[in-house]
Amino acid sequence: MIHHVAFLGAAALALSGVIAAKSAAPVQVNDAAVVSDTLPRALSEFGFFSDFAEHNPVEGVVPYSLNTPLFSDGADKLRFVYIPDGGTAVARNDNEVLQFPVGSALIKTFAFGEGENRRLIETRVLLHRADGWLALPYRWNGEQTEATLALAGGRTALTTPTGESISYRIPNKNQCKECHGLEGEVVPIGPKARNLSHDWLNGFVKRGLLDAVPANADRMPDWSAPSTAGAEAAARAYLDVNCAHCHRPGATASNSGLDLRWEQDDPVKLGIMKRPVAAGRGSGGHDFDILPGKPRKSILLHRMKSTDPGVAMPELGRATIDPEGIAAIERWIVELGM
Amino acid sequence: MTRLLIAVSALAMAAPAWAETLAVEAGEGAQERLQEALILAAPGDEVVLAAGRFVLTDGISLDVDNVTVRGAGMDATILDFTTQAGAGEGFLITSDGVTVRDFALENPKGDGVKSKGADDIVYHRIRVTWTGGPDAGNGAYGVYPVESSNILIDGVQVSGASDAGIYVGQSTNITVRNSIAEANVAGIEIENSRNALVEGNVTTRNTGGILVFDLPNLPVMGGGNVVIRRNLVVDNDTANFAPPGNIVASVRRGSGILVMANENVLIEDNFVTDNPTAGAMVVTYSQPFEDERYNPYARNVVIGQNVFSRNGDDPQLAGADMLLAAFGGTLPPVMWDGLQQGDTGLKVAADTGGWSLGYTQPGQTDAEADPSPLSVLQPNGTAWAETVTGASSELAERIAG
Repeated sequence: MIHHVAFLGAAALALSGVIAAKSAAPVQVNDAAVVSDTLPRALSEFGFFSDFAEHNPVEGVVPYSLNTPLFSDGADKLRFVYIPDGGTAVARNDNEVLQFPVGSALIKTFAFGEGENRRLIETRVLLHRADGWLALPYRWNGEQTEATLALAGGRTALTTPTGESISYRIPNKNQCKECHGLEGEVVPIGPKARNLSHDWLNGFVKRGLLDAVPANADRMPDWSAPSTAGAEAAARAYLDVNCAHCHRPGATASNSGLDLRWEQDDPVKLGIMKRPVAAGRGSGGHDFDILPGKPRKSILLHRMKSTDPGVAMPELGRATIDPEGIAAIERWIVELGM
Repeated sequence: MTRLLIAVSALAMAAPAWAETLAVEAGEGAQERLQEALILAAPGDEVVLAAGRFVLTDGISLDVDNVTVRGAGMDATILDFTTQAGAGEGFLITSDGVTVRDFALENPKGDGVKSKGADDIVYHRIRVTWTGGPDAGNGAYGVYPVESSNILIDGVQVSGASDAGIYVGQSTNITVRNSIAEANVAGIEIENSRNALVEGNVTTRNTGGILVFDLPNLPVMGGGNVVIRRNLVVDNDTANFAPPGNIVASVRRGSGILVMANENVLIEDNFVTDNPTAGAMVVTYSQPFEDERYNPYARNVVIGQNVFSRNGDDPQLAGADMLLAAFGGTLPPVMWDGLQQGDTGLKVAADTGGWSLGYTQPGQTDAEADPSPLSVLQPNGTAWAETVTGASSELAERIAG
């Protein structure tokens, strides 16, 4: 009952939001849209950006980047965090995501194309409300003037930076949770101290938005310079960021027994000499997730190299293969056999 | 949204009257309309799928507790995933108290209906079909509850799964009944699960009819307390078409009922005929493993009174011709690998024939077998089986009448 009425209310709010966006550029975040029990129909209602096309954030919305990012068909990902006035995030330890106070938001826009040709495709927001985090997908219009709520997701044709034409999937609200779900709750995944730079974390502390920089911050390798990282560090960072949100206890793929988190050190749980459980044709005829020294006989790599639904991993968010990721995992599996 | 209107006009009615029906038709935009209904449904609501063919390009999912998703019949409402372009299954359910009933899924690229961490779930008259018949390119599981408690699977039909038609994994309190599994690699598989009742089903033309497995290196292990009763396990003679690497790829063509590892499994009152390798097989997990929590042996497997007929006449075994000759043209219905902890392995009713591979340690192959007629204890009471009650009666009441 409440749920449905709230949704209707959101429609009315959406209308006023559009009008507001047309009359004047936002100068601050609309905290009510972040925390109230509604599903805002339009991204403009939040007031995260002073300029949509340039994607300039308003005061208080801070851009960030990750050392090792999730591969998303080569999308340019613009990440922002918002912490409401007076709030401070807590860096509990190096394994966990920064703890953001209620009223915070994480914003991630997916774009393809360079310069003048850049097209905003979708923006995913994570809103920290009193009853927990809520994940919502917004889809950009052709004019690039507004993104509207796409609860059921959608598909759109586009060309990746490597020139591949794909049917790009915008996830639905439930699919957001498939990756962001832990023990049944929606949680942020990306902003972990170990995957954020010291520079950024120090700046966040100086602004009073973070309590401290934890000792093990900035441990994951910089994916833009993979050759500088060791084979194991690069591979383990890649698996943590691209796989471990599902392949860990309490998450979507917990039943596989595969745990690809950075902090996991049990070889079998990492897939080394581990037999598949429910892989089906995803096994590719191979016996083990990872067979040391034999990348071509390792199920994990086979599934990274596929774009066939039912075989491809991750199941969501990837329509093309990631040659750099594949190279990193190959290199590690070869090294494991030495 | 009719909920508000209903509420206003029915103020005096009890709480269930608040439940809303969200109707979804097939046709243009079915993907988004169906998914939106599944997202906007509130607890207690019913999402009603009209008759017709819903052509879907992506998996759908439900994450709201106590929702019923009801079609117009397993041959009338069809979710067609033939052109599915994404997601690992057709329909993913991650909430509790859900009922899915009276619709079909065809040709999902991965699994059919998967429910994970979804307690108190009922699957009723759901059909999952890979329409091209057995093919290694078909999805793995048709109906796939995992890491859940209290599961009723009733009146379901699955065919063509390249792993198991009806698969229940890492779960407790399970009833699989009145269902048909045909032309899958495994018809029905209960894996790493406890308190499971498999009753009144038909498994036919699979590679193996009914499998009860316990595997290492999984979050939930220690499968057992399984009762397999009053099933038809007939003509399971399809060549194994599972992709290699999967455990079921090792199932021999013509395995009627196969128990691997587990403790306390009762097999009784089944009709088991025309399974070319064996009517019933009881074996140890044979692969190397490093998992101290895991017990690879079958413990206390009881084969009571069953009808066994014409099994074991074309066994997929090394030296099959010699074995057939030695046993007079047909192998006895019960096949055992001969491995056990102490004398806790297998008990077989007195008038049921059997034979042993005579293995002396796990991991041996057919070539190392030392076959002999079965010499095991007879059943001496199965009181423990009285405690195997499967799903709660509340689930059966949900679909009664």
